[in-house]
Amino acid sequence: MRVLEGKSVFSGIAIGKISIQQKADTSVKRTKVEDPEAEIARVQEAKDKAVAQLQKLYDKALQEVGESGAAIFEVHQMMLDDEDYLDSIDNIIRTENVNAEYAVATTGDNFADMFAQMDDDYMKARAADVKDISDRLVRVLSGHDEGDMDAAEPSIIVAEDLAPSETVQMDKSKVLAFVTRKGSSNSHTAILARTMNIPALINIEYDESMDGKMAVVDGKNGSLIVDPDADTLKKYQDQKDEELRQRAMLKELKGKTTETKSGHKIHLYANIGSTGDVASVLANDAEGIGLFRSEFIYLEKDNYPTEEEQFQIYKAVAQNMAGKKVIIRTLDIGADKQIDYFDMAHEENPAMGYRAIRICLDRPEVFKTQLRALFRASMYGNISIMYPMIISVTEVKQIKAIVAEVKKELTEQGVPFKDDVEQGVMIETPAAVMISDILAKEVDFFSIGTNDLTQYTLAIDRQNAKLDNIYDSHHEAVLRMIQMVIDNAHKEGIWAGICGELGADTTMTERFVQMGIDELSVSPTFVLPVRKIVREME
Amino acid sequence: MVSFTYVIKDKLGIHARPGLLLVQEAGKLTSNITINKGAKSGDAKRMFCVMNLAVKQGDQITVQVEGENEAADAEVMKNFLEHNL
Repeated sequence: MRVLEGKSVFSGIAIGKISIQQKADTSVKRTKVEDPEAEIARVQEAKDKAVAQLQKLYDKALQEVGESGAAIFEVHQMMLDDEDYLDSIDNIIRTENVNAEYAVATTGDNFADMFAQMDDDYMKARAADVKDISDRLVRVLSGHDEGDMDAAEPSIIVAEDLAPSETVQMDKSKVLAFVTRKGSSNSHTAILARTMNIPALINIEYDESMDGKMAVVDGKNGSLIVDPDADTLKKYQDQKDEELRQRAMLKELKGKTTETKSGHKIHLYANIGSTGDVASVLANDAEGIGLFRSEFIYLEKDNYPTEEEQFQIYKAVAQNMAGKKVIIRTLDIGADKQIDYFDMAHEENPAMGYRAIRICLDRPEVFKTQLRALFRASMYGNISIMYPMIISVTEVKQIKAIVAEVKKELTEQGVPFKDDVEQGVMIETPAAVMISDILAKEVDFFSIGTNDLTQYTLAIDRQNAKLDNIYDSHHEAVLRMIQMVIDNAHKEGIWAGICGELGADTTMTERFVQMGIDELSVSPTFVLPVRKIVREME
Repeated sequence: MVSFTYVIKDKLGIHARPGLLLVQEAGKLTSNITINKGAKSGDAKRMFCVMNLAVKQGDQITVQVEGENEAADAEVMKNFLEHNL
């Protein structure tokens, strides 16, 4: 087994035989000619033919990848018709008395160099386009047919580089993936691969001996695995099956509401732990973000993140979600998440120690910085704020007093914010469950954190592997607590959701809906499986 | 001669596709149209000239229009830039 590392331009997994593509030879000889005008006429004729070929490619690409992917062939036609380009060819033929092929190849090299030297990655990648049209012109002039790069059976297409025209000409049913030694993520082949949903890698240093061998293209990690062993192959086959299943589900369920057949709707949101996860939230069609774990902003830094830094992050996420709900949980550190610069003393039992809202209320200056950033960002989308680890109404009152101070300061400073930002609490302690009837009068929503709630209710440390056999996340005690929280929320006219791991447990989805849950927030990849179950319910 | 300036808003600048549209649009007009960026300038009716300018987002270009219909043609170009770039 050999693993070659490169760069992925489109993710996905492909498994199959490698087919190394040899380029048709487009090297040209320089020969003297007697009649330069005849050569110029040949160029003219070849150009018309090449433009006609490109028109056909444009039509093919239009069908297969749509207008934006096909546009490159229109650009190629225009490049071929460019006066400067044609003038340069004519000029070389006339001044040097040389054959048309040589003049085209030289002009192609010169123009390609011009782009290659530009101080702009996008323009640099255009050098390949110039080479592509010049090679086409040379092929037409020398009477070579279009390079036929098709493989006999579906294969991983491996080549030095692929021109957009070559990519489009291939029979897509025979292409499992594209792998090239050269190329850039800005190249049209990369763009086309993305539009066609075909995994593609660049910068792979393959060698000729790999032709015909079994291989795996790992578009996620950017690697090509040649001659994979049985375990590796199995691992990737499973991933590929999962990917296909996910894609089929997406096709079926994307854009659909999460409601039962009788029309009972629930809000299905996703949990995120960094801004990078937003893409996955949107790709999996979540209806919003139900848990934004803001602690990553603190964990990634060596010092307290400033208000401005936080504001920019919350603002970007709110904007990217374009009006969909974004529920941001305030700092939840302590227990298993420690940060050096918070300088916290060692604790015997951190899960029951100095953590989350307890730290925020003890260090209001840290809390206020985050609240200011959150309220400022509320202007840019649909932000809700959620407070973790609540055990008493007193804590909620303290939070409210600090929020009032923050709002007053912002108003005095003339900084805009939304006054009616929705604020809720996480229900993750048995104490919060037992007083949820009173808490419901104080807040706008409840989100149940089932991981901690289960650990505190069953008195089982989640990190202790020895106790795994008695740790039962479906324990009746936990389920009764969830029911109690939902009922108390509804009595006060507020909503209740689940953002813990249990929310993504598809064996429980039906039960939660029957219990009256209003919202479920799950990892992005669980959004569609959960939606599927809800839609199949009566 | 009529000239005007424009600052590119498109985040990719004048890349292949809008470049193509620009050349096509300029090609329909009778005036001579030159695009200037800094010390560089290029004929708006020629693909390579336009691409060679490597115009990026935030760049200011000056468009010079010269010919019998220069006022009307300048309007067309201005309108095109505002809608596409």
